[in-house]
Amino acid sequence: MSKGLNSLKEWIDKRFPMTSNWEAHLSKYYAPKNFNFWYYFGSLALLVLVNQLLTGIFLTMNYKPDATLAFASVEYIMRDVDYGWLIRYMHSTGASMFFVVVYLHMFRGMMYGSYRKPRELLWLIGMAIFFVLMSLAFTGYILPWGQMSYWGAQVIVSMFGAIPVVGDSLTLLLLGDFNLSDATLNRFFAYHVVTLPLLMIVLVFVHILALHEVGSNNPDGIEIKSNKNPKTKIPVDGIPFHPYYSVKDIVGVIGFLIIFCTIVFFAPEFGGYFLEHNNFIPANTLQTPDHIAPVWYFTPYYSMLRAVTVNFLWIDAKLWGVILMAAAVIIFAFLPWLDRSPVKSIRYKGPIFKFALTMFVISFFVLGWLGMKAPTPLYTLLAQIFTVIYFAFFLLMPWYSKIDKTKPEPKRVTK
Amino acid sequence: MKLRTYLFILCMAPLAIFAAPPGMPLDKAPIDTKDNASLQRGAETFVNYCLTCHAASYMRYNRHRDIGLDEPTVLDKLVFTGQKAGDLMLTAMSEKEGEEWFGVVPPDLSVIARSRGADWLYTYLRAFYRDSTTVPGWNNLVFDRAAMPHVLYELQGEQKLVVNIVDGKEIESLELEKPGKLSVSEYDQYVADLVNYLVYLGEPAANDRKRIGMYVLIFLFGFLALSIALKREYWRDIH
Repeated sequence: MSKGLNSLKEWIDKRFPMTSNWEAHLSKYYAPKNFNFWYYFGSLALLVLVNQLLTGIFLTMNYKPDATLAFASVEYIMRDVDYGWLIRYMHSTGASMFFVVVYLHMFRGMMYGSYRKPRELLWLIGMAIFFVLMSLAFTGYILPWGQMSYWGAQVIVSMFGAIPVVGDSLTLLLLGDFNLSDATLNRFFAYHVVTLPLLMIVLVFVHILALHEVGSNNPDGIEIKSNKNPKTKIPVDGIPFHPYYSVKDIVGVIGFLIIFCTIVFFAPEFGGYFLEHNNFIPANTLQTPDHIAPVWYFTPYYSMLRAVTVNFLWIDAKLWGVILMAAAVIIFAFLPWLDRSPVKSIRYKGPIFKFALTMFVISFFVLGWLGMKAPTPLYTLLAQIFTVIYFAFFLLMPWYSKIDKTKPEPKRVTK
Repeated sequence: MKLRTYLFILCMAPLAIFAAPPGMPLDKAPIDTKDNASLQRGAETFVNYCLTCHAASYMRYNRHRDIGLDEPTVLDKLVFTGQKAGDLMLTAMSEKEGEEWFGVVPPDLSVIARSRGADWLYTYLRAFYRDSTTVPGWNNLVFDRAAMPHVLYELQGEQKLVVNIVDGKEIESLELEKPGKLSVSEYDQYVADLVNYLVYLGEPAANDRKRIGMYVLIFLFGFLALSIALKREYWRDIH
C-alpha cells in the first residue's frame, strides 16, 4: 500500500511540484518559535475568508438581487430554507468578525514592526486586501435591501459625488442609474459575489507567497534568518510550520469558533451592532431614517468624514471629509517608511512609541463610538480632536521614532 | 507602560459602545418564546386583530407547528381567508386601500419585533389615548400621531393623557377613563402574549438556534481540550 502511494507521489512529482510546494510552504517553512497570541489572527483571517466564501455560495442559491424581491428573499432564507438562518448568520457574523480579526492582525503588525524591511511589500499587499475587504463589506451590506442598506449606501455613494470633475460620472458608473436603484443592487451583487471575492483570493494567495519569501516576523522583531545552523542552514530559532504551527493554530481556530458560535447561536444581532435594527425595515426610497450609521467597522472613518465642518482652501467641507477619510485608510500603507526606529518590536521601543500607539488605539475606538452617534457640537469637537490624534500617530512617527529611547534587541528570540 | 496595562486598556475600550444614553422609558416586555400557550393566544389575537390590515408575508401558516399547532388546528384557528396551510400570511387589505384609509400602507409585521424591539411594542400597544385633534381620534405616547387607531380599545378601554408639572418639567402619563372588557392586568397579559408572538414571528427559528447552539458549544469545548492536549504533545520538544 505505502509502496503504491509512494510511486503515485513520484508520478505526480514528475508532473506537478507537489512535494516541493508542501515542503516550501508547510513542512520545511521555518517560522520563529516564539509566536504569541497575536499570531493567531493571520490563520483566523483565512478561516473567516473560507467561511464567507462557503456560506456566500449557499446564500446566492436563494437570494434574489432584485429591489422588489431582495428583502423577502433574505427572510425566505431565514424561514423556509433548511438551516438558512444558520448560513445567513454565519455570513453576517463572519463579516463583522472578519474586521475584528483583520484589525487585530494589523495591530499585531504595528506592535511588532512587521511592516519594516524586508516586509514592506507584504504589508502593502495586506493593505490591498484591507481595501478589498472594505469594498466587500460595503457591497454586501446593500444586498438585504433594508433601510440601513439603502441609506448607508446612499451616504457612501454621495462621497464619490464630492470628488471634483469626475465625481458625477463616477457616481453614475457606480450606481448604474441616476439614483440608487434596482440597477445598483444588481451590479453591487456582481461585485460582491464575483469581482471582489476573486480579487480577494488572488491577493491572499500573493500575501502568503510574499510572507513565505521573506519569512515571518516575531514578537522580538529580530530576523531568525540571520542566525542559521551552519550545517543544516535552518534558522536556529525556527521550527517547521507543519506540524508545530498547524497544530497550534487548531487551538486558535477552536478558541475563535467558540466566540464565533456563541455570537451566531445566541446573539446574532449582537445588540444591533452586527445586524442593525433598522435594517429589518425594507428599504424605503421616500423615507430617510432619522439617524444613519454605518456598521461598526466603518464608524471610525465615518466620524472623520463628519468631523470636517469648515470649507478650507476653496475646497468644501464635504470633500475635505472624503479626503481625510481616504487618507485615514491609505496612511497605513506608508508605515514602513514612517517608522525610523532602530528596533522593530514594541518590546524594545521606547516610551514615546508606546504612548503614541496607545493614543492611536484610543482614538480609533473613540472615533468608532462617535461614528455611531448622531452628531452634536460636543461630539463633533471630540471627533476633531481624536482625528488629529489619529493622524499625529502616523505623521509625527518619523520624528518620535527617531528620538525615542530604545532598548537593545536580543541576539536570539526570547520567550 | 507595561504591555499588560496596555492590553487591558485595549480590551476595555470596546465597552464604551455600550454606554448608550437612555432613550424613551419603555416597559419591559415579559418575553418567553418557549411558552407555547402564550404564543398560541398571541397568534389568535394576531390573526383576529392585526392581520386585517397588516400582513406577515414572510411567514407561512403551517410554520406554527413550532408553537404546538398542527395543520388542522392552524386551519381551524388561524386561517379565515380560505388560504391553504402552506400559504403566506397575507392581509385581505390591498396596499392602495391602506394608503387611502390610513395615509400610509400598514407595515408588514413579520420582522417588526426585530426592528422595533419587544419593549417598544409592549409599551406602544398599551399607550393609546383619546385625542380629538388627530384623524383616527387616537394618539400614542411612544409614537406621536401614529396612523393606527386603537384597535384593541374594546378590551383596554379608553385612556386619557394627563400632564403633570414636576420641577418645571412636563411629565406625561395616562389614566384609564372608561374601563374596557379586560382589567388592567388582564390587558397587560393580553398584550404580552401578542408581543411574545411577534417576537416569535420575527425569528421562528430562534428557539432551535439556541438549542443547537448549546450542543455546538459543548462539542467545541471538548474539541478545545483535545486540541490543547495535541498541541502540548507536539510542542514538548520545543523551548
